[in-house]
Amino acid sequence: MPVEFRHVTKRYAGDLDAPAAVEDLSLTVPAGQTCVLVGPSGCGKTTTLKMVNRLVEPTSGQILIDGVDVARHDPVKLRRGIGYVIQQIGLFPHLTIGGNVAVVPELLGWHAARCRERADELLALVGLDPATYRARYPHELSGGERQRVGVARALAADPPVMLMDEPFGAVDPVVRERLQNEFLRLQADLAKTVLFVTHDIDEAIKLGDRVAVMDVGGRLAQYATPSELLTSPTSEFVARFVGADRGLKRLSLRRVGELPLAMPPVARVGDEAGPARARTLADPFPYLLLLDGLGRPVGWLDRDRIPTEGLLEERLAVPMSPLLEPETTLRDALSMLLAAEVQAGLVVDPRGAMVGMVTADQIGATLRAEGGRTAEGRRPAAAGGTR
Amino acid sequence: MEFVASVIAWLADPAHWQGRDGIPIRLLEHVELSAASLLAGAAIALPFGFLVGHSGRGAFLVLSVANVGRALPSLAILGLALPFTIQLFHVLEFWPAFVALTVLAIPPILTNTWAGIRAVERDLVETSRGMGMSATQVLWRVEIPVALPVILGGLRTAAVQVVATATLGAYVAGGGFGRYVIDGIARNQLDRIFAGALLVAALSIATELAFAFLQRRLVSRGLRAATERTVPRTAT
Ligand SMILES: Nc1ncnc2c1ncn2[C@@H]1O[C@H](COP(=O)(O)OP(=O)(O)OP(=O)(O)O)[C@@H](O)[C@H]1O
Ligand SMILES: [Mg+2]
Repeated sequence: MPVEFRHVTKRYAGDLDAPAAVEDLSLTVPAGQTCVLVGPSGCGKTTTLKMVNRLVEPTSGQILIDGVDVARHDPVKLRRGIGYVIQQIGLFPHLTIGGNVAVVPELLGWHAARCRERADELLALVGLDPATYRARYPHELSGGERQRVGVARALAADPPVMLMDEPFGAVDPVVRERLQNEFLRLQADLAKTVLFVTHDIDEAIKLGDRVAVMDVGGRLAQYATPSELLTSPTSEFVARFVGADRGLKRLSLRRVGELPLAMPPVARVGDEAGPARARTLADPFPYLLLLDGLGRPVGWLDRDRIPTEGLLEERLAVPMSPLLEPETTLRDALSMLLAAEVQAGLVVDPRGAMVGMVTADQIGATLRAEGGRTAEGRRPAAAGGTR
Repeated sequence: MEFVASVIAWLADPAHWQGRDGIPIRLLEHVELSAASLLAGAAIALPFGFLVGHSGRGAFLVLSVANVGRALPSLAILGLALPFTIQLFHVLEFWPAFVALTVLAIPPILTNTWAGIRAVERDLVETSRGMGMSATQVLWRVEIPVALPVILGGLRTAAVQVVATATLGAYVAGGGFGRYVIDGIARNQLDRIFAGALLVAALSIATELAFAFLQRRLVSRGLRAATERTVPRTAT
């Protein structure tokens, strides 16, 4: 369902002289796409979001979901059809994790058994084992796990529209990166219409099909795809907000999974050392990657240090390149490689199994090739969505 | 020592365990009066506290009720209640004490309920609304359960105060353990006075324990442990 803002203005004080929190905002989020609202603190992002589910009423203008003015809906019913996630997460401390996720289905009057089933399904969807987590209470979870529960809860009744207000704001960068990747995987499947608030431009570029840059006073400065934003900011403000490192940021438009991934010589723990050594010596890449029984990387062996006979043991391997996910942006990948002072990162799937290898040279080459070109069509949604 | 022995002897005397003036009947009267007053106080103070806490309006009312309530001595309320209840019910015994104790129970229940609900994080209330809860659902499903430890704390304070003060009921011809104290004074029987006081103290402690138990049973584990992060448990 598309969400459309038509000349929406909000003044909290009510009188016309008061500064507007949101000023004459018009934009359309196409169905199934993610629109990221980004801008400095106090520019009206949260206000914009809350007007969609009528926690805040606009002073003037209309908001339409699927062509229908939200003002025509009963607010309580309207909200049950819109997923809502906030930075403070707002999990109910007195309910178990399962109970938290099942809140909206319960409000909708689903049967208890179906609520429980749905809660389990969603916990699994956001990567939390239901058997482990469903009976726990929020205070027994880490910040990242709570964020996941917050997202699961918002998805519970399968709402077509999701409002997310800095949902990953309260977690450390590593967890945040993982949650962002998870968001992208989920969104690729679920195709919700998402309004996502952040004040992190990198997050906006990574997650948004379209990005709305807002300026203080609640004015929309530019509404464009991430690559348009990077290549042709329409104002000084946007250019400054996007940052001087626009060239480097363009790496945020590309994902590790889009690169042709190389494969180093690999062997499993417990394999015969001899043949593995022979294979590695014959390979241009001078290291052997050791995997565990589930295909997860364990560490590297210098080709000269591979024993000539016996079995390969875990203790021979030295850890470890940074682990990347297919959704990791090239920019994040590069910074992880630089931070770890290594040449290669390992790409793993959500279960942690080895998918391939990315090198700093590869990323550098992409950066040079990107030079003039824009990275359009990186996702089906972005390619098809003009409005 | 002799005195202690005489109190024990008084309590152990089978004659004091039967009849109109026996301990079981007095216990029953005491509990009846206290429970009725507490329930009446709760019936008035809880809804009022919910309303004021939820709406955020009328806080000064709560505070004035609390202050006036604290300033008024129970004995004075008893005196004030006397003429009304005589007019209304034409008897003494139960009613004046009931009215006085109900008035006594209201302030702690009211202030705790109001403060407990006020203290529920606004973000939590806002997400609840954002998820599609009506105002009543927010109150019953979120605000009250989250404020429950504080609300029960108020009931507990009120209950203990009421049990202790119900002793005064005997002044106006009521029953309860107060009878032993009042009659003991009248007859100058120290062992009777002391035994009465001891019984009131025991009942207060029992009340305290009963509420501690209730608190354990009613308050969600997620709230009880909220301050101390427990070790994550494995799946059950
Ligand atoms: N309930 C309110 N009453 C009055 N003014 C408000 C209210 N909520 C927000 N404002 C004001 O409206 C403006 C926009 O606030 P809003 O919360 O939408 O900003 P934001 O972009 O979400 O900021 P941040 O990034 O800090 O969360 C701010 O100037 C703020 O002070
Ligand atoms: Mg905000």
